[in-house]
Amino acid sequence: MTLTSSSETDAAVPGREAGAPRRGPATLRLVAGKAVGAVLVLLGAATAAFFAQASLPGDRATVILNIRAGQAIARTPEELAPINAEYRLHDPLIVQYLTYLKGLVVGDLGLSYQQHRPVIAIIADQLGATIVLTLTALAFAWIIMVVWVTLTAGRGPVVNALGGFFDTTAAGLPHYWLGIILLLVFALTLGWFPVIGGTGAVGIILPALTLAIPLAGFLGQATRTEFERSLDSPFVLSARMRGMSDVGIRLRHVLRHAVLPAVTLSGWALGATISGAVVVEAVFARPGIGQVLVTAVSSQDMPVVIGIVMLVAAFYVLANLLVDIAYVLIDPRLRRAS
Amino acid sequence: MTATAAPPAARPTAPARLRRQPWDLYAALAATAVFALAALWPDLLATQGAFTMDLANTLQPPSAAHWFGTDEAGRDLYSRVIHGTAASLGIGIGAAAVSLTLAAVLGALAALGNRATSASVGWLLEVAFAFPALLLSLLLIAVLGPSILTLILAVGIGTAPGYARMVRGQILGAKDSPYVEAAIALGHSRGRILRQHILPNSLRPLVAVFALSIGQSIVWASSLSFLGLGIAPPAPEWGALLDAGRPYITVAGWLTVIPGVVIVLLALTTTTLGRHLQSFLEKGEK
Repeated sequence: MTLTSSSETDAAVPGREAGAPRRGPATLRLVAGKAVGAVLVLLGAATAAFFAQASLPGDRATVILNIRAGQAIARTPEELAPINAEYRLHDPLIVQYLTYLKGLVVGDLGLSYQQHRPVIAIIADQLGATIVLTLTALAFAWIIMVVWVTLTAGRGPVVNALGGFFDTTAAGLPHYWLGIILLLVFALTLGWFPVIGGTGAVGIILPALTLAIPLAGFLGQATRTEFERSLDSPFVLSARMRGMSDVGIRLRHVLRHAVLPAVTLSGWALGATISGAVVVEAVFARPGIGQVLVTAVSSQDMPVVIGIVMLVAAFYVLANLLVDIAYVLIDPRLRRAS
Repeated sequence: MTATAAPPAARPTAPARLRRQPWDLYAALAATAVFALAALWPDLLATQGAFTMDLANTLQPPSAAHWFGTDEAGRDLYSRVIHGTAASLGIGIGAAAVSLTLAAVLGALAALGNRATSASVGWLLEVAFAFPALLLSLLLIAVLGPSILTLILAVGIGTAPGYARMVRGQILGAKDSPYVEAAIALGHSRGRILRQHILPNSLRPLVAVFALSIGQSIVWASSLSFLGLGIAPPAPEWGALLDAGRPYITVAGWLTVIPGVVIVLLALTTTTLGRHLQSFLEKGEK
């Protein structure tokens, strides 16, 4: 990925090894190679998740019964028999593994230990709220980043240093803390927003901002460097000579070049934003898969934990695959590289 | 209009001026000293014990007697923050050590192993990368159950893939460098080139990364504690303090704001130290 600007961003562009042909004019082959690589990565992730579940200490049926009852006691074989039958725990591990993989393909993620419902139904109930939150946050982040970078990049050393300082600080803010501060200032002190957000349009603003501000800082760091480089380029000079206004140049010409690294990072950022959503949903008491995940982790409800983790991983791998493919289609030079 | 854009020649002055007066480095060093003191000899700084209750003075805002206020059992928040430093810093350092050790081993295998090793480790890293760090940590906590050790492992393993990729890149870069080519031309053995040139040059940046990742690890670990999946509340660990303060956020905001400020300060401190270390090491290379 020659277009990412710093070495730190190198870590954020996965999905380019396995199976990609070394050299070939056919873009199709490259895209297919990337797709095969993505499938292999997902298979690995599913395998890791399955064995994480299988390695849970203790007899599984006892664990399941105890999680469901909220107790920690030994169980009789009569009690365990229906559980063993329901979750097919007496099948050999390899059979369980293959059943699990087959389930993943057709969208069957198993039964929750605690709620005794299909995991896919539990996730489906809560997924919408989290997706809306994540996408809103991504949109906010882009708006904040574009405005901030356009206003501050290339404005002389002091403004520049200030802009960069805010990028770095914002990128490092822990979500939970930022969320609490926003909650205290805008909901409790100023009363502009409800304290308990709910899923309404007004309730989403503070949680989305909490996710968006660190993300804007992160994207801003990548964009600022490119932005300043583009400001010095010949096409900017020629636009200035044509008498184009500074704002026009920044928005029409420079920004287009500068946002490319941030586009790449957005694929990665979606995954990170979902992680952040887990925390933010806890701070604002919003429903969503983050809440479900935290509850499931603390009660060791493994099918739910694994279902959500696999879903996010699949989403993340897919997003990065699309970004990779989009890049190859946009920039012909990459068709021969990698 | 066009005059508002800075001439390119003026730009390098700001970093140069900052470098001449590294006020942020002095501030970070001073903060490090305070944090180290709090971690090693908390009794020197604390005004009370971590668990000393005073039911007559519950949920008091910050004052001269209680600098950071008191919690729902009248415990002095300032003293609790001081007593929690060792746990938080220990988790951060432990997780950073786990993360970078794993990263160094995996990155070196991916970069230096034979075709099969490098391909399979590379694939392993891609797989690990498919899980966002927090989710990888949550998966581990679900399997191992919450404890300090789990927290260290979860954060360390969760953040390792990113660093492993960095190490691999560094080693591959060093392998292609002119000085390694020169060493090969001089007929030095493979082992000697590895020991004398490739490993020192590619692992040196890890020293700076270690400092950076301590702050990051503390933020991650405190996020997990905040979610109730790390260290349980009566303990004065910083994330646990945040978690304990959550129910009182409407009446006693300082219980969550102040531990948060401390965590951010520590993260800023280690980041600043790491950055300076990085530029210092880079200067040494030239």
